Amino acid sequence: MTQQSRRPFPTREAREPSRRTVVRGSLGVGAAALGAPLLSACGGGPAADPKTVTFGSNGADATPEKAYAAVTGAFTEDSGLKVKTNTVDHDTFQKSISTYLQGTPDDVFTWFAGYRMQYFAKKKLAHPIDDVWEKIGSGFSDAAKQLSKGEDGKYYFVPLYNYPWAVFYRKSVFKQRGYEVPRTWSEFTALAKKMKKDGLSPIASGYGGGDSWSILGAFDYLNLRANGYDFHMDLMRGEVAWTDRRTTKTLDLWRELSGFYQQGAGGRSWQDAAQSLLDKESGMAVIGLFLGQQITDEKLRADIDFFPFPEVDPTHGQEAVEAPTDGFMLSRKPKNLKGATKLLAYLGGAEAENLYMGVDPSNVAVNSRADTGKYNALQKKSADLIASAKHITQFGDRDSDPGFISTVVLPGFTQWLGHPDDGAALLKKIESQRSRFFTA
Amino acid sequence: MSPVRTVRPAPPSKRARPRRLGPGDRVFLTVIVGIPLLALLVFVWLPALASVGLSFTNWDGIALSDIRWTGLDNYREIFTNYPPFWPAVQHNVVWLLFTALLPTPFGIFLAYQLDRKIRFTRIYQTAIFLPMVLSLAVVGFIWEIIYNPDNGLLNGILSGAGSGQPIDWLGDPDLNLWAVLVASAWRHTGYIMILYLAGLKGFDPALKEAAALDGANGRQTFLRVVFPALKPVNIIILVVTVMESLRAFDIVYVLGGGTGSKPGMELLSLLITDNIIGESSHIGYGSALAVVLLVVSLLAICAFLVQTFRKEDK
Repeated sequence: MTQQSRRPFPTREAREPSRRTVVRGSLGVGAAALGAPLLSACGGGPAADPKTVTFGSNGADATPEKAYAAVTGAFTEDSGLKVKTNTVDHDTFQKSISTYLQGTPDDVFTWFAGYRMQYFAKKKLAHPIDDVWEKIGSGFSDAAKQLSKGEDGKYYFVPLYNYPWAVFYRKSVFKQRGYEVPRTWSEFTALAKKMKKDGLSPIASGYGGGDSWSILGAFDYLNLRANGYDFHMDLMRGEVAWTDRRTTKTLDLWRELSGFYQQGAGGRSWQDAAQSLLDKESGMAVIGLFLGQQITDEKLRADIDFFPFPEVDPTHGQEAVEAPTDGFMLSRKPKNLKGATKLLAYLGGAEAENLYMGVDPSNVAVNSRADTGKYNALQKKSADLIASAKHITQFGDRDSDPGFISTVVLPGFTQWLGHPDDGAALLKKIESQRSRFFTA
Repeated sequence: MSPVRTVRPAPPSKRARPRRLGPGDRVFLTVIVGIPLLALLVFVWLPALASVGLSFTNWDGIALSDIRWTGLDNYREIFTNYPPFWPAVQHNVVWLLFTALLPTPFGIFLAYQLDRKIRFTRIYQTAIFLPMVLSLAVVGFIWEIIYNPDNGLLNGILSGAGSGQPIDWLGDPDLNLWAVLVASAWRHTGYIMILYLAGLKGFDPALKEAAALDGANGRQTFLRVVFPALKPVNIIILVVTVMESLRAFDIVYVLGGGTGSKPGMELLSLLITDNIIGESSHIGYGSALAVVLLVVSLLAICAFLVQTFRKEDK
């Protein structure tokens, strides 16, 4: 036996790495792996390309994703700038927004108007965009302008669309059973009673899972109708006590309403609740125009209608409309400021609105120059409702500190709705937490 | 040169030990021990201590200059005036007791039965272990489908059996914790079973034979012979159970719709994420909650370690 036969690959021994080189190597790889995300987090990389604008989108559902793609595609054609879209699931986007904006956010990102936008502007996590508004300002009403400013009076937001909340129903159900559209609280509750007798769930309801926000629509409207816009906003911004007599009154009304809610609401999603309205199992639904996203059969769309939330107190009438506005903001240190500004100016224009609404017809354009000729009946009615409103509110979690709403108010409300008896105890519980969020 | 000096124990002990490690080896050892140690300090202990420090402050997590010292305020708030806190503690305890008393013994029972080489044992093992293989998101989807109030499997069966009202399994605050516990047990049982089965495979069959010769029946064999002999596995299972109960989070988060604490399903881990993650974070408050959980976990671990080592010393 020769050496050769025992060691068939003698040359390999020389190449065989020693224990130390292996360890050193693997440590090096490990260090590189650890270092890589840190390095890429420091910026640079492909995003610094002056021909590219990055766009962070929360439109992960099929319809909005397609609509945003249409808009950014048209912008690329128009300006020659590439848009790199980074789409994140809606809820995840919202939850991680704070860390996202502190890390390496995309240049332009989708966000919501209201206190929520102002909060990030105040924390200097957004870039003011007064120069964009110089170009797009003429297309917007004063209300829309007001909505886009931070507390410092500078613009931080470009609105795209909004959608009203109202009471939705099916025309055919109302016609078939001879129901009348109610205008006041007593007519409304009488109708709900009648529906219950007829074997319908009067008010479709689903706030299970992550959908507990959807109950805020009813609360906001009840509070707006019973106590007026000013009180509602003060309450939302933490300026009045939740134990106020007026809030108790709102809860009393809500208790009355909750008796008409669909059973098993705590385990149902809003989509399932909306479906029950479409399936004629429920009579009405307090929800936003986005209900339309649930419609798969286009013939059905013509059978859907809505009426404004009924009047409770004649002094406040039906003057306030809840119409959350979605749009865009500019991140604190955009990598391509010039391109991002261009993109924002484009997004604020009528053309982008038309492209977007062409794909997603369950919203209403904010820009007054947008083409409303192609609106369906629901969109037209929505636009009228918003235009005729004396006050426009955003939504519970947009007019207030979202942390306060999501960790204190929503768990409290959902628990209470399960057994809506002692409203005063609930309000006391909420009030005891208020100072933690609002006296900074 | 007095004889006393030469007898002195200290210097010889130093000199007498032969140096087997060359300088290269020492560098190597330093690196191989030092780097993990450094990683442990930087990635585990530093954040832990930072949490303890932050728990005495009030901070929104954005600018470092905004950190404000508040002393024990967060803790005072949590213990006296944070509505979901005590329910969360209670639910964590319920979780621990439930897991320790039902799925864990059941997993052991299954493992013992499957170890007896019954027919189709491989199929049973796979079936019971399957939930453990699935990602938690999938487990969540499966149970959401089962618990759906309108068209869920469970309500379908119940209404078929003649019960009128659909039961709101995940929405009712009196029910949802138990619904989630069942889902968690479904997963936990398979985990325990596989751990115990591994222990049983290494068990000396001669002991069982001896017990049988002595006239022990099945129950006696298990309780007096097998169970005590599998002490290492039992300890692992105990640790796993306690840990899983204290860190219970994911399945509740998935079934609760990813919103954090829901009425009836509050857990300490969920309250922590509620306060730290989100649009307006309360880092200080969340850290204080995390410290409470850390202390509880440390108490459990310490109690357990003291117990184990005391017995070992004897």
